[in-house]
Amino acid sequence: MASGVKPRVKVPKTAAVGEAVTIKTLISHPMESGQRKDKDGNTIPRSIINRFTCDFNGENVLDVKMEPAISTNPFFEFEATVPEAGEFKFTWYDDDGSVYEETKTITIG
Amino acid sequence: MRRITSALMATLITTTGAFAEPVDDTLILNEETEMVMRTAAPEHLSEVMDEVMSGWLFRGTETRAMQSDDFDNPGMIFVEQAQEVWNVADGTEGKSCASCHNDMDSMAGVKATYPKWNEAAGEVRTLQMQVNDCRTERMGAEAWKYDSGVAINMEAALASVSRGMPVNVAIDGPAQSAWELGKELYYTRTGQLELSCANCHEDNYGMMIRADHLSQGQINGFPVYRLKNTKLNGSHSRFKGCIRDTRAETYSAGSPEFVALELYVASRGNGLSVEGPSIRN
Repeated sequence: MASGVKPRVKVPKTAAVGEAVTIKTLISHPMESGQRKDKDGNTIPRSIINRFTCDFNGENVLDVKMEPAISTNPFFEFEATVPEAGEFKFTWYDDDGSVYEETKTITIG
Repeated sequence: MRRITSALMATLITTTGAFAEPVDDTLILNEETEMVMRTAAPEHLSEVMDEVMSGWLFRGTETRAMQSDDFDNPGMIFVEQAQEVWNVADGTEGKSCASCHNDMDSMAGVKATYPKWNEAAGEVRTLQMQVNDCRTERMGAEAWKYDSGVAINMEAALASVSRGMPVNVAIDGPAQSAWELGKELYYTRTGQLELSCANCHEDNYGMMIRADHLSQGQINGFPVYRLKNTKLNGSHSRFKGCIRDTRAETYSAGSPEFVALELYVASRGNGLSVEGPSIRN
């Protein structure tokens, strides 16, 4: 069970119709690779965020599969075209079964 | 003949020296705060250099960009953690930092003046020492280990509310003797490699040290988030690393020697903006 996990998202509050906005996301997570050993030589079990998705009004925008080589506190920056006002939903899936969610609304202005 | 020699010399210098000059760039934090990344050297350095420069100018484009926005700056994750600790009561008195100091924004400007003489204690104190004084004397809590995760995060959080303000540590008055000790340490060669701080950071900044750029060794950006260990690092830990690299036995973090060295090195950056938590390699 990873501790201190906290998702963060930065999305502009407004956009023009059809505008591509820059979205930044970060989740604080140790991303333990499963390759390391502790002081006694025992393998530290893998514990990573293995998938990240972004949906807009129910439609999938981004779906990322993540592997153990990804460093701690994974950060994603991407552009998304905003066709209408609505809600971005971000979801992170942890190896331990936890699911972290964050939503941001965006208006047309 | 003389002319040929000097021409030859010039060629030698340009071809053998590996230059890594600081970039011509300015950091604008969160698109609003313009930071002072280079400025005239403080008075006490007038004989050795004209201009002091933040280590930020010696880093790559991507590393510099990471520091320009708080969302992109991984050091801010640790600042957030410390801001939570700020509000949590600890120790026998049932007080948190916020019980006395209210909002952390009230500490703006504090980091810029540390290390600083403490009259009651009769010693020069770093910010971490002062935090620990609050913890043991006012909160009835245990002192944090020097440069430990929780302590360095708090130092970074306190630095973050002072960002953009000029470093302004006092070097005269009662702090002078510690400052003199720090200066002596700065110019003392240590280890099997017999290197002083000045050999790299005063004589050779802008050159390469193996594969890395040598900066002026300014500490206005401390605590720094290092990409190599993905956490915040204190200036004393950095001093330790440098002295170890000269193959010497080092002083420990929080020792009087390092407190004095921190005061001296901070004073070399008087006038530069407080940057912590900054991003470095």
